[in-house]
Amino acid sequence: MSTKPMQLPRIRYSRIIIYLVMIAFAIFYLLPVYLMLITGMKSFEEVSISRMWALPSSLSFDSFAAAWERLDVSFLNSIKLVIPATVISSILGSMNGYVLSKWKFRGVDAIFTAILFGMFIPYQSILIPLVLTLQKIGLYGSIPGLILTHVVYGIPITTLIFRNYYAGIPGELVEAGKVDGAGFFGIYRHIIFPLSVTGFVVVAIWQFTSIWNEFLFGLIITNSPEQRPVTVALQNIAGSQYTLWNVQMAGALLVAIPTLVVYVLLGRYFLRGLLSGALKG
Amino acid sequence: MAEATTSVVEKSAERAAPKKSLQLNEKLIGILMISPSVIAIAVFVYGFIAWTGWVSLSRWRGIVADLSYAGFENYINVFKSYRFQTDIRNTIVFTLFFLLGSLVIGLLLAMLVDSRVKGESFFRTVYLFPMALSFVVTGTAWQWLFSPGTPQEPHGLNQLFHMFGLHVYQNWSTTSYVWPGGGWRPDWLRIPVGIPVAMIPVIVAAIWQMSGFTMAMYLAGLRGIPEDLKEAARVDGASEWQIFRKITLPLLQPITLSAVIVLGHISLKIFDLIITQTGGGPGFATDVPGIYMYETTFKSNKYAEGAAVAIIMLLLVSVLIIPYLIYNMRSETER
Amino acid sequence: MRSKISILSIFLIFASILFIACGGQGGTPTASTGGTSQSPSPSPAASAQPTQSANQGSSAGENKLEIFSWWTNPGEADGLKALFEIFKKRRPGVEVINATVAGGAGTNAKAVLVTRMRGGDPPDSFQVHAGQELIGTWVVAGKMEPITDLFKQEGWDKVMPKTLLDQITYKGEIYSVPVNIHRSNMLWYNIEIFKKNNLQPPKTIDDFFKVAEKLKAKGITPLSVGGKDKFEVPHLFESVLLATFGPEDYPKLFKDPSMWENDPRLDKAIDTLNKMLDYANEDRASLSWADAAQRVIDGEAAMTIMGDWAEGYFINKGAKPNKDFGWAPAPGTSGSFLWLSDSFGLPKGAPHRENAIEWLKVCGSKEGQDAFNPKKGSIPARTDADKSKYDVYLRWSIDEFKRDKLVPSIVHGAAANEAYMTDYDNALNLFSANRDKEELKGMLLDAASELQSQ
Repeated sequence: MSTKPMQLPRIRYSRIIIYLVMIAFAIFYLLPVYLMLITGMKSFEEVSISRMWALPSSLSFDSFAAAWERLDVSFLNSIKLVIPATVISSILGSMNGYVLSKWKFRGVDAIFTAILFGMFIPYQSILIPLVLTLQKIGLYGSIPGLILTHVVYGIPITTLIFRNYYAGIPGELVEAGKVDGAGFFGIYRHIIFPLSVTGFVVVAIWQFTSIWNEFLFGLIITNSPEQRPVTVALQNIAGSQYTLWNVQMAGALLVAIPTLVVYVLLGRYFLRGLLSGALKG
Repeated sequence: MAEATTSVVEKSAERAAPKKSLQLNEKLIGILMISPSVIAIAVFVYGFIAWTGWVSLSRWRGIVADLSYAGFENYINVFKSYRFQTDIRNTIVFTLFFLLGSLVIGLLLAMLVDSRVKGESFFRTVYLFPMALSFVVTGTAWQWLFSPGTPQEPHGLNQLFHMFGLHVYQNWSTTSYVWPGGGWRPDWLRIPVGIPVAMIPVIVAAIWQMSGFTMAMYLAGLRGIPEDLKEAARVDGASEWQIFRKITLPLLQPITLSAVIVLGHISLKIFDLIITQTGGGPGFATDVPGIYMYETTFKSNKYAEGAAVAIIMLLLVSVLIIPYLIYNMRSETER
Repeated sequence: MRSKISILSIFLIFASILFIACGGQGGTPTASTGGTSQSPSPSPAASAQPTQSANQGSSAGENKLEIFSWWTNPGEADGLKALFEIFKKRRPGVEVINATVAGGAGTNAKAVLVTRMRGGDPPDSFQVHAGQELIGTWVVAGKMEPITDLFKQEGWDKVMPKTLLDQITYKGEIYSVPVNIHRSNMLWYNIEIFKKNNLQPPKTIDDFFKVAEKLKAKGITPLSVGGKDKFEVPHLFESVLLATFGPEDYPKLFKDPSMWENDPRLDKAIDTLNKMLDYANEDRASLSWADAAQRVIDGEAAMTIMGDWAEGYFINKGAKPNKDFGWAPAPGTSGSFLWLSDSFGLPKGAPHRENAIEWLKVCGSKEGQDAFNPKKGSIPARTDADKSKYDVYLRWSIDEFKRDKLVPSIVHGAAANEAYMTDYDNALNLFSANRDKEELKGMLLDAASELQSQ
């Protein structure tokens, strides 16, 4: 399958227009970050909504230091939360996706649909029963409880992504494996898994980002400052009466760094993963 | 030729026969593998929905649970309320424009990036990165940007345009004006029908955050379209625009569908973004059921009423999603 | 045979995952949770069920004190720390846990607190507005211990104003110790602007409109109002209500809901508010109260009506009292003190009850209140404050508190329960946006039905 770039009439004039449009869009996308950056470098007296575009009087990182002081413990909590949750939900999604796409038994599509529906429920509506259940099994107020929550509610989307991904793998490969005497795990290990790498990348990036940035569960399920993830700690920087915007914006940038790094470094793999069929309808 | 095929078939039939018991085993393993997920979903999704439904029919207000039966009282209260009707209108407006905007801009960006200009990966990263941010951060930043100030002392975007000589002044985030004006509404509604202008900043923020995602999907899709197909069409005399309309767009349809599903589920559940950017104001112009439910439950302590809102949200989501899911399921079984 | 081994390995993998998940915090018994973590059991009838709080690694049994609040700003956080210091001196060796949850103007904290209290895992004490917010939410639910005896024992009933104590008593019992008092009905103005235009801070509502007219004619925004925090206009209105109904009848509005109907004063108050908003900035919804106050010290607006935490904000921004900004009671409310109070109570089942009671003693003590309040920017609930510790505005306020008539704030949890507050807030925020007087009146009358439980 040859894919050449979209052919354009070779008039240079249109190239310039394309560049201009792209730069305009780039400005649109970078504007808020620029705003956050310069606000983060101001002192509290300088910060004002009516002078938001004014450059800071000096390139000071004090607000960043102040923000980090309030966020450092939570950063660790978020990492302790995100990595297991991402790994477990990816593996579950992969197994589910594999079974649901390749195994023909009665009701397989009904099961998939039932799982998929879970993607659409608003989290506020299940907060109370969720907390009650977590309390019953003793996981309320802890990071493992939060991990369990994110794993469970991540199952629909990870299953969706992997199932569509695997649907693109020709059935003959699996058949050939069966003919050669491989069992469930054999096929998975030797055939499916090696092919899923980009699928895992897509799922991992998506889950990492969603879970890192998630707020509501993090707020309700952890009940002490030592446990809470970084999004909740960030909200806490906003005071009860008025906000120290310089520290708040600096904090927001700090919190965004891990996910930004992921997107910048792994963006092309994300693309590759999409290309190989994850999320194809 | 036919004999060769038959012998292959016979051979596989021979191999298939002793595999019968293994097949059963395999089926069992398959079921075992997905059962933790199925059980988890059964409890954490369907079980909780059932619980919420039960509560919505009760009289629970205040910290102590009161589960005496109250019929559909809560639902009636919710439907009658001004706030709920506003929420429905707002959700429709938001979903429509958010989806449309993200898809169109995403496609546009994908085409631009695909034209292999220099610095493609830079632009691609810039367009994609807002996805890395949390909605809370996005809401905060865009709230500042859209804060209007006064015509004499503009803030935010107004101020920026001002500095470059463009005297545009928007005050969308401070007005509850519904376009088109006139406050037209049918008698049975309490709210004006139309587009609440205060939604525009929220929609822009949401598109800003998610259009990189649609761009990535369309980019993958565009690169998956065989060039030979397009060449053949060109040779036949088709213009670029015709190629786009008749070949590219149709081939991108499955991607559009996927994007609609993913974005749709975000938009129906939207909460963090709006609560940080506008808090649902001014005057409920940007309020959505998610916020209504949260405040009713956790601010007013009216658990039963909050549960009713939650169930209604679910029903609305189902109305939209279930047809898609059933269509999906049927077309899968046909494969 | 191979598949049997495979099945075994599946179970091992899952078991280990569960092991990791459950063995994480505070020694939760893995045996019991491993098998039941997936069993459906969200029983709806779970009221105050004392669950395995010991297993959750919470503080039961160890010598700790967990205080729950949303005091994260500088000033209030410092004040809280000062109280902790005093407590630690009295009880050395106790580990003090400062559990704060900010955001949502306390809604987030509420959500967390509710889940904890219902699950039988209360903190040792928590910040709560004294008055109906505490009573209507926690006391009627039976979650708080009465501390009237503590009041008598510590002599607080002699040193805190009787009206205040009456207004926080429920069925003869008091349930929380007020640590501070803030005043809601305050007008803050830019001294420069007033001097330049030969104006005096308005004493009555009519004065206000005269001053506002003059300012508007000069192109200065007379009244700066916010809206983003969703309480600014409700806050403004309670001063208007107080001015219109007067300090005798205003508190009655919350004891006798029928007073709202057929009282022409309600219409008058709504009219006044409407007129006031005519003199206010149009972009209210995008400004927080602090942004609106900022305009006053920046000279872009002349006045703002806001609680006296605005003073702390002004000071933090480098403005000087009586030079850059001045103050006066909100127009029409001179002689009345619209109070709100942060307080601490004793939850039933507090894990470290003795420590909690000691904490309450610190909160109600002269030493405690005089350490906390100067930093927070509020005045003590006790009338025997050491005025030398307080700045010029707070000294004035302490005097006012002693001689004014005390009336409870609606917006900040003193006068009415939370269901009412939410409806009241929603009504006024809607009015700020659509200026529909009929709608506002209707919504206020509807809201009054929430007052019946008081």
